[in-house]
Amino acid sequence: MKQLMLGNEAIARGAWEAGVTVSTAYPGTPSTEITEFISKYPEINAEWSVNEKVAFEIAMGASIAGARAIVSMKHVGLNNAMDPFMSISYPGVNGGLVVIVADDPGQHSSQNEQDTRWLAIAAKVPLLEPSDSAECLQFVKDAFDISEQFDTPVVVRLTTRVAHSQSIVIPGERANVALKSFDQPHGKYIVAPAYARKRRVVAEERMSRLAEFSETTKLNRCEHGSTGLGIISSGTGYQYAKEVFPDASFFKIGLANPLPKEAITAFVKTCQRVIVVEEVESIYEMVIKSWGLNVEGSAVLPRVGELSSRIIREKILGEAPDLIQTMPESQIPVRPPVMCAGCHHRGPFYVLKKLKLKVSGDIGCYTLAASPPLEAMHTSICMGASIGMAFGFEKARGKEYAAQSVAVIGDSTFWHSGLPGLVDIVYNKGYTTVIVLDNSITAMTGHQDNPSTGKTLDGSAAVALDPKKIAEAVGIKRIREVDAYDIVALEKVIKEEVAVQEPSLIITKRPCCLIKGQKVSEKKCFVNIDKCIGCRKCLSAGCPAISFLNGKAYIDALLCTGCGVCSSICSLNAISTSEGGAA
Amino acid sequence: MNIVIVAVGGQGALFASKVIGAVALKQGYDVKVSEVHGMSQRGGSVITHVRYGKAIASPIVEEGTADLVIAMEMLEGLRAASFLKPSGSMVLNEQVIHPMPVITGKMAYPEDIPGKLRAAGINVYQLNALAIATNEGNSKVANAVLLGAAARICGIEYDVCKDVILSNAPSKYAMVNVHAFDRGYTVIKGMGK
Repeated sequence: MKQLMLGNEAIARGAWEAGVTVSTAYPGTPSTEITEFISKYPEINAEWSVNEKVAFEIAMGASIAGARAIVSMKHVGLNNAMDPFMSISYPGVNGGLVVIVADDPGQHSSQNEQDTRWLAIAAKVPLLEPSDSAECLQFVKDAFDISEQFDTPVVVRLTTRVAHSQSIVIPGERANVALKSFDQPHGKYIVAPAYARKRRVVAEERMSRLAEFSETTKLNRCEHGSTGLGIISSGTGYQYAKEVFPDASFFKIGLANPLPKEAITAFVKTCQRVIVVEEVESIYEMVIKSWGLNVEGSAVLPRVGELSSRIIREKILGEAPDLIQTMPESQIPVRPPVMCAGCHHRGPFYVLKKLKLKVSGDIGCYTLAASPPLEAMHTSICMGASIGMAFGFEKARGKEYAAQSVAVIGDSTFWHSGLPGLVDIVYNKGYTTVIVLDNSITAMTGHQDNPSTGKTLDGSAAVALDPKKIAEAVGIKRIREVDAYDIVALEKVIKEEVAVQEPSLIITKRPCCLIKGQKVSEKKCFVNIDKCIGCRKCLSAGCPAISFLNGKAYIDALLCTGCGVCSSICSLNAISTSEGGAA
Repeated sequence: MNIVIVAVGGQGALFASKVIGAVALKQGYDVKVSEVHGMSQRGGSVITHVRYGKAIASPIVEEGTADLVIAMEMLEGLRAASFLKPSGSMVLNEQVIHPMPVITGKMAYPEDIPGKLRAAGINVYQLNALAIATNEGNSKVANAVLLGAAARICGIEYDVCKDVILSNAPSKYAMVNVHAFDRGYTVIKGMGK
């Protein structure tokens, strides 16, 4: 029966139908829902792993042990998993191993626009690119067949618009796939040079066979239309181009690495003008031009940001529609995301700003502290980097600089890749202070459990790892725990810890307000308008519940959670907290 | 049919787009719905696209081609006006939520947004969905009120919509969602311009 399905759900369905029994992932937009949907299938042993590298390694182990395994991540997650990804290419697999990587053109939720097609080429691994949910389901099944037929891991590359769009699919049945024998030729999975040199040759032969396969597979197809214009495209770019040029000829790429040279050459020769429509990087164009064929692409279409049918229409046809205008865009206030009312992170960053500390930040909801009005984070580069970078500040500017800077990292990010940085500081005699913002959840990606939440993906109870005990174990002597809402205590503790000449760990605690089933406080903060002088100091913490009305602060009781941070900030005691919700 | 739903993160744009998508599927159309997840949901601007018809390629509504914009907040309605085609309509919730540049005093919240939209030639259906939803007993179903209004404007069958809401809303809130939908469907009659 026809169903409307999110691309990510269709990936999950495809994995189930392909007989997958092991699934691993670390959450990351736009890939997160794949694993959430997979967790609903009892036949699949699924987990949130501590990071993408470990997720990849578990899937790799499961494959070699004979199961069909899938590992999912966002594009930058593959950087974390790059070591196993590059290293498993030569040895190959046993049970099918499929890597789902979700790219984010337009950087809706990411630090860069890196294109996973480059990484698949570098790893000598085939890559499939679906363009809607029906293809998500089918291509995952095809990917498992290719993985086992060619003894290789296979990447399925999504982009945000494929992962997060719903379109029609017709679900099928689950295939019964038996575990394969674990007894493989000796040395196949040993990458010591003597073995790996032989596998290097095998990997090249495999790519040659895949190139032949690419010529005939149904994953690539030619759609004959008008021969005046030919479009070569894949993924969501294909959909945008189809919207603008319904009558053109199309070469739709499904298997993007390796490309079918003969089929594309034949296609190009039948069309008068050929344009390659691809998002962000000009990879197809570069490869096709290297065959001596005359195609256009990067000269016509932009290389930065997402494509759209509008951009294609404008750049290729020169058509720009007259759009409805209301007022100049510069006068329409932007609405960036903000920390929620009652957010755990507001207090710590308010204090860090007040103390004028240089803040080495990390990736999570708390990265919002970099935006106005808080502007209390100075660097945020990649997962787990905050700790090593703060130590770098200290090394560059002298040990005394440790009194002027801190590293700030969330609980999930700490487990993901923050821990080795902490070990390095202790080992190399640093003074850096590290603050772990423990809001008891992986919040930004939509509330996934992690090693310190005491629950696994299936909701069952697990050991709740304690950052405090880990810090003790690695040799940190100064460990402080503070209530994230108590900004007076926060200020005192942070001042003390940055001043000492040894490493410290501060753990700020308060669960994220949005955690399901969380007891919502009945308390509400309200402004005593007789005392309020309209100084706007309370607004400097960037709480969306507080606005300015008739020259005074006003607190929206619907949004307020009664955390009391604003009340502590107000130097005139004009904000009080009530038990019942007066406002 | 091209529909754009704009809101502030947390207002329920996703649910609304899911319902319209499911209704269109039931009526035998090809459907694509493009959603927003992740960072922008933290109180930021949210936009979802719903397209249905005989065959739909792109999941995204192109600017200047929307038949209808459902705006769950006024400023977001203003921001989304350029999605509409010249004769397009907008269901506009009167709710105002100040964004951070307005809260901090850096920018002013634009005045008379409905007037500006009408002056641009948009067929505006203006209603206070939050008040209607609160009357029904739950301020969180304002999105269902707007959905009701949109359904009538799009000529979507009442009963199909009701069935889809019943099967998509959490069972505890299914009936209040249906009531809110019904109020939106009723209140919009004879409104417009």
